[in-house]
Amino acid sequence: MPSPDPGDDLAEARLQAHFDDTIARDRRIEPRDWMPEGYRRTLVRQIAQHAHSEIIGMQPEGDWITKAPSLRRKAILLAKVQDEAGHGLYLYSAAETLGADRADLTRQLADGRQKYSSIFNYPSETFADVGVIGWFVDGAAICNQVPLCRTSYGPYARAMVRVCKEESFHQRQGYELLLTMMRGTDAQRAMVQDAVDRWWWPSLMMFGPPDDDSPNSARSMAWKIKRHSNDELRQRFVDMTVPQADRLGVRLPDPELRWNAERGHHDFGTPDFAELTRVIQGDGPCNAERVRRRRAAHEEGAWVREAARAHAAKSAARRDGHAHHGATEGAAA
Amino acid sequence: MTGVDASWPLYEVFVRGKRGLNHVHVGSLRAADPRMALENARDLYTRRNEGVSIWVVRSADISASAPDEKDPFFAPSGDKVYRHPTFYDIPADVPHI
Amino acid sequence: MDDAHSAPAGPDSGSDARWAFGTGFTDPLHGVDTALAAGTDAAALVADCLALGDDALISAQRLAQWCTRAPELEVEMALANIGLDLIGQARLLYSRAGQADGTGRTEDDYAYARGPADFRNVRLTELPNGDYAFTIARLLVLSAWRLAVSERLTDAADPVLRAIATKGVGELTYHREFAAGWAVRLGDGTDVSHARMQRGFDDVLPYLGELFEPGATVGVDAHAVRDEVVDVLHRVVRAAGLTLGTPPATEPGAAGRAGRHTEHLAPLLHELQSVARALPGAVW
Repeated sequence: MPSPDPGDDLAEARLQAHFDDTIARDRRIEPRDWMPEGYRRTLVRQIAQHAHSEIIGMQPEGDWITKAPSLRRKAILLAKVQDEAGHGLYLYSAAETLGADRADLTRQLADGRQKYSSIFNYPSETFADVGVIGWFVDGAAICNQVPLCRTSYGPYARAMVRVCKEESFHQRQGYELLLTMMRGTDAQRAMVQDAVDRWWWPSLMMFGPPDDDSPNSARSMAWKIKRHSNDELRQRFVDMTVPQADRLGVRLPDPELRWNAERGHHDFGTPDFAELTRVIQGDGPCNAERVRRRRAAHEEGAWVREAARAHAAKSAARRDGHAHHGATEGAAA
Repeated sequence: MTGVDASWPLYEVFVRGKRGLNHVHVGSLRAADPRMALENARDLYTRRNEGVSIWVVRSADISASAPDEKDPFFAPSGDKVYRHPTFYDIPADVPHI
Repeated sequence: MDDAHSAPAGPDSGSDARWAFGTGFTDPLHGVDTALAAGTDAAALVADCLALGDDALISAQRLAQWCTRAPELEVEMALANIGLDLIGQARLLYSRAGQADGTGRTEDDYAYARGPADFRNVRLTELPNGDYAFTIARLLVLSAWRLAVSERLTDAADPVLRAIATKGVGELTYHREFAAGWAVRLGDGTDVSHARMQRGFDDVLPYLGELFEPGATVGVDAHAVRDEVVDVLHRVVRAAGLTLGTPPATEPGAAGRAGRHTEHLAPLLHELQSVARALPGAVW
């Protein structure tokens, strides 16, 4: 359909209007649609961070697979950590629909140019941490991620639907492990409380800085990439977790934590956001170790990936040579 | 072609969830060759028994309608509202329809 | 707040869509009579279950050590899947052993309360992972062996062992295919991968003889298993452009099935059992 040339500005304005209208009507943006460059960039950054978090997040729990104290727990944990690799892959796949390249994103992670969730820079010290990570960290992730099932970018939303369904098992296995441990010995109960004490505040920090200090949030909300503010999600997590802690018989380490009937929510203390900033900027207990291990795996695997590529190229060449040879013979006959 | 960062090609994955259904696009993955793509798809997209059959195709081999062509390309069916089930007003008390 | 939190919503969220799974999962022992049939040689059944169970557990432990270290994320998924299949087999086999020996020991009793000399796995399973080529060479050998044995156990006298073997055949076919595919890729790929894959096969070779000792093959004809496995290996090695030497003979009684292990098993078990042993009386 050749059209009179109204000038690029006009064309872009029309595309922008169409995009805005799609967002306003709560329809999904799909990969080949026109989108503002800022929207694409924001999404690639967010989805990549999310994917990196899944992959780095394998480490704190992964080390317990070989030490899991029962075969049932070993199978559950291996399946869970495998899921995290799978979630990373769903998300990298979504990022690639935006023109990003997984190898490039991996390099940016290895170089420290892209971030991942601050929570995975804390050490997992005992087997109770496996339970608490499932309960808190996966619980917080679910709070963050369920609204993302309706995020405006189609491939991201669809990846999140898959991830959320699978994560429900992750949270439940964690809580069930803790329930079991609380029914066990005094030593086990002490382990659980210790893990709760160590992971509670970092888990609250997972929701990011407070709303009045979260500069990019407004734009992401306008684009319907993000659907709830950091503080809303943090509140939801606290409200969800408090009764679960009561049922479990553990104490959440916050003296200010109490039910506020007037608000219909729990009041709670303020996380140490200065610590969050430090951890995000690379100064957490395990940042260097986490990234180093990911980089080492990627670099040590290079010869394998290269070999597979070389074999594919050789096979294709052999097939082509064969087909060509056959065709020549056929022509001669 | 060499070095740490050279990627395997991207494949799109289609899974038939159960007999009687079409293959549906579920996402993509990277693999060096089609056999590996099928194995990877099995491990990634059907590890909870989600599928009975998998197709993989190199993403580069897919031809797609460009969004700009959307209107003329899809317009011919856009007015055939009778193709859509909601065109037919069925009383609510008719079961199984 | 909206209702987005109540359940993951999306185009494919149907009535049973709250969970990502829930369709098609079957209990491999469903409908199987677990009572010991009259005339069962319980001691032999226990020995077979422990041999196969220990091979599976130790193999799974080595595969789990690849976690977060695989050469590509897709490979991470595959190695975990294989490990999960093997843990599943080990659990069923240990449970059967506990029923057969009359002690009522649980799967975890076998996994966590025995020392190295009590383990009956072949030594090949316990060797450290080495590089990816060694892991592939070992996986090819062990999955070809286990498939050959499992196929023959699908008509074993014991109905539980039969059911476990039947379940295993499908899994092991995939494991063997996966390993064979990678052996060919690495053998054919680059000069570096070719050399590494050749070394992988060279390094597993000294441990092959043990697999075919009479007594190592859990009542299945050792010669038939040997012929099948060696044939598979030769075909893969040929397709990969590699060579395979002659497996050495092993002195009967000098290897893993007799509880004689390499120096690598004790530290492996130490890690595997560390949490369980540190907290006596704990429940998990």
